[in-house]
Amino acid sequence: MARKLPPKDVVIVGLGWTGAILAHELTETGLDVVAIERGPWRDTATDFNIGYMQDELRYAVRRDLFLQPAQEAMTMRNTTSQTALPMRDYGSFLPGTGVGGAGVHWNGHTWRFWQSDFETKSHLTQRYGEGRIADLQVQDWGVTYDEMESAYDRFEYLCGISGKAGNLNGNIQEGGNPFESARKREYPLPPMQMPYAPTLFAEGAKSVGYHPFPTPSANLSKSYVNPLGIAMGQCTMCGFCERFGCANYSKSSAQTTILPLLMRKSNFEARCNSEVLQVNLDGAGKMAKGVTYIDSSGVEWEQPAEMVLLCAYGLHNARLMMLSKIGKIYDPQTGEGTVGRNYCYQTNAGIQLFFEDKNFNPFIASGACGQTVDDFNGDAFDHGSLDFVGGAGINCIPTNGRPIGFRPTPPGTPRWGSAWKKATKDNYLSTLGFSSQGSSYAARGNYLDLDPTYKDRFGRPLLRMTFDFPDNDIRMSHWVSDRMVEIAKALKPKQYVEARRNKSWNSVPYQSTHNTGGAIMGADPKTSAVNKYLQSWDVPNVFVIGASAFPQNAGKNPTGTVGALAFHAADAIRNQYLRNPGAALVQA
Amino acid sequence: MASTRRQFLTSAAALSFVTIASQTYAQTISGALPWHPFAGDPPQPSLAGWYFFKPEEARVIEAIVDRLIPADDLSVGGRDAGCAAFIDRQLAGSFGNSSRLYTQGPYAKGTPTQGYQGEATPAMRYRAGLAAIDAYLRKNKNDRGFAQLNAQEQDDFLKTLEAGKVDLGAIDGKTLFDLFLQNTMEGFFADPVYGGNRDMVSWKMIGFPGARYDYRDHITKHNQRYPLGPVSITGAPDWSHKG
Ligand SMILES: Cc1cc2nc3c(=O)[nH]c(=O)nc-3n(C[C@H](O)[C@H](O)[C@H](O)COP(=O)(O)OP(=O)(O)OC[C@H]3O[C@@H](n4cnc5c(N)ncnc54)[C@H](O)[C@@H]3O)c2cc1C
Ligand code: SF4
Repeated sequence: MARKLPPKDVVIVGLGWTGAILAHELTETGLDVVAIERGPWRDTATDFNIGYMQDELRYAVRRDLFLQPAQEAMTMRNTTSQTALPMRDYGSFLPGTGVGGAGVHWNGHTWRFWQSDFETKSHLTQRYGEGRIADLQVQDWGVTYDEMESAYDRFEYLCGISGKAGNLNGNIQEGGNPFESARKREYPLPPMQMPYAPTLFAEGAKSVGYHPFPTPSANLSKSYVNPLGIAMGQCTMCGFCERFGCANYSKSSAQTTILPLLMRKSNFEARCNSEVLQVNLDGAGKMAKGVTYIDSSGVEWEQPAEMVLLCAYGLHNARLMMLSKIGKIYDPQTGEGTVGRNYCYQTNAGIQLFFEDKNFNPFIASGACGQTVDDFNGDAFDHGSLDFVGGAGINCIPTNGRPIGFRPTPPGTPRWGSAWKKATKDNYLSTLGFSSQGSSYAARGNYLDLDPTYKDRFGRPLLRMTFDFPDNDIRMSHWVSDRMVEIAKALKPKQYVEARRNKSWNSVPYQSTHNTGGAIMGADPKTSAVNKYLQSWDVPNVFVIGASAFPQNAGKNPTGTVGALAFHAADAIRNQYLRNPGAALVQA
Repeated sequence: MASTRRQFLTSAAALSFVTIASQTYAQTISGALPWHPFAGDPPQPSLAGWYFFKPEEARVIEAIVDRLIPADDLSVGGRDAGCAAFIDRQLAGSFGNSSRLYTQGPYAKGTPTQGYQGEATPAMRYRAGLAAIDAYLRKNKNDRGFAQLNAQEQDDFLKTLEAGKVDLGAIDGKTLFDLFLQNTMEGFFADPVYGGNRDMVSWKMIGFPGARYDYRDHITKHNQRYPLGPVSITGAPDWSHKG
């Protein structure tokens, strides 16, 4: 039996990016908040230690900071006709754990989605007709870009994002992204200094008529004090960024932007090494009473609370809802049920260019310093004569030269022996890569549910993922790969080698930790699990915050939008929900 | 509300524990940013000797890594670079016993997209794999093991193993080769603190500066070679000389 603790106003499940934002926002109103985090406490000086953070084997290869599958694994299959098996090691995506969550070891590409991304279904239907999206299950978000603008702004200023505006109040700005939706003010910091590879890429892209601009980055171009009064330092381009914590206080995360203030508040408590097992509902299943969690020594605790916020990362949010019986699990046969619906990912492809006479110093790099071409992202271009919808950003963001993982050699090179060694040395400094990061549009057969066979260490079913790239997305990716070849040719390499996106989704090689959907937002409780404020349709004192809310994914990294949704939900709770606790903010 | 409890936590300590019957459970933090001196968890430099391999296994692994990374005018060989010692330490630890992976059954053969579904840990795969290779070679190569073959014979054998053309019974030779290769490369390119990449030999070869961590003065020096040599987590050789 769980031991019962004194009640709190709010319990937050997970103290990562979204949990930290919500905790800060709600403690500001005086509420008594506890965040329960299954991983350890982590701080920069101790855990991202400058004496030994730059350890590729430990952090990038053995992945010391990540969620270990022994703690929680997931099963996967490509289609419903297969039997899902556990990913015994994570590969394609790498969930985080511990205070700061995946925000500790992210890259920091920080995007806004566009107006057309928020209205995917109605926008595409209006422009191309219903038939074009008949094979897909794309939906509108229930919010517009304009409603999200100030929330994006707040996340960017919290982080100190380094970038250049492309559209200020409708005026296109030289040097920025001309395709973005209008922003009200500049980025808090100017773009980062560009190393050679992205500089050359941008020249090539311009020469074929495209519009490169500096990728908006959460690796800071300058020192910065954020609106909470927390100071950060300039990024040193250390080359140990994604998969690592930043020892320089230069990468935006809960640690560098929120916790120094949050932890000092007397109405906030962080409880670490404590895994939430479920949200407890009342007898009717209509209201949450709190959560049950288990600590690292196996003792179960019941934490009563007036409100529960799921901030556990999108995939874990969806599983916790299923285990807690919040809402109905999606069934791909009938299309009924909403929890697990519209699981989407990211449709990526790459290209490598080998040069004779160039030196890119690949180790001078950060997680998000580079150049992007958005000419073929989203609906920035006319799809009228094309056979797909969606698009991809083309990114030249060389993140590292860490040699266990980064050793480009041309095809035909042996994998070992003296010839291998010579090719490794010859190409290490002189190879340039770029990639496309494509949209992932919902399809009826791609979803999350609970696995019938495999269990976690407490005997509870693992999350089961059924996913393959929809044909639409494969066609999109190939078309964008053709555009990448144009840029590659303009750079006149000795040789270029493509890595195109084909079926089926493979859970082994890393692709991205951009898992979206599973508890999507929308205007209709039949096709969405949460309303436009991320409040559960079924249990109104539960809010579900994260990329789980995306009805489908755009060709952009999710966290800019995840952070903005966290502020958006916080506003709704502060300004609306607390006036009438327990009531639905949107009538079904 | 729970204000008395809160005040207690704040005033009592930055860091407290929910304690029942003198055991430590969930770590509860409130009222301050906790920090302790010397609380870090630095890597432990590896010591001499074999931790996992038996002496005869160690001889074979040394011979294998020395063919995968042969000594030539670019670098010393895998053996002198410490790759076998590296693998030994890895197999003796959490990599070797798969303790961080999901190892619950049932085990089933999956699709290639579902990844490795074998029950054997890396340590078990090395132990059984090296024994199977030895038995195979003794049968087919006049009772000689891998370490007794000449360099050409060793290369030929590794190539057939890589191509999946050596019959090792229940063991898949190709995936075994891939495991050897993966770990050998990890050892050659990882920080020397783990026993391989001795004297940062691979980093010097390719021009990777290692653990330097600050390149701000070279970001816009486009197309120019970075002037400084590598340092490791444990420093650089010249750091230990005084004067
Ligand atoms: C290598 C890598 C690179 C990335 N790069 C980028 C990028 O460049 N741009 C971008 O936009 N995004 C990037 N991301 C994604 C980004 O990190 C996430 O989108 C972001 O962290 C999500 O925030 P969150 O609050 O939803 O989840 P998280 O920040 O992961 O926080 C969730 C927290 O909940 C905890 N938790 C989970 N389950 C439980 C439970 N049952 N009980 C208690 N606690 C629980 C977890 O331990 C975790 O601390 C990257 C991710 C990775 C791994
Ligand atoms: S690249 Fe910059 S932001 Fe990233 S870890 Fe290094 S110093 Fe920090």
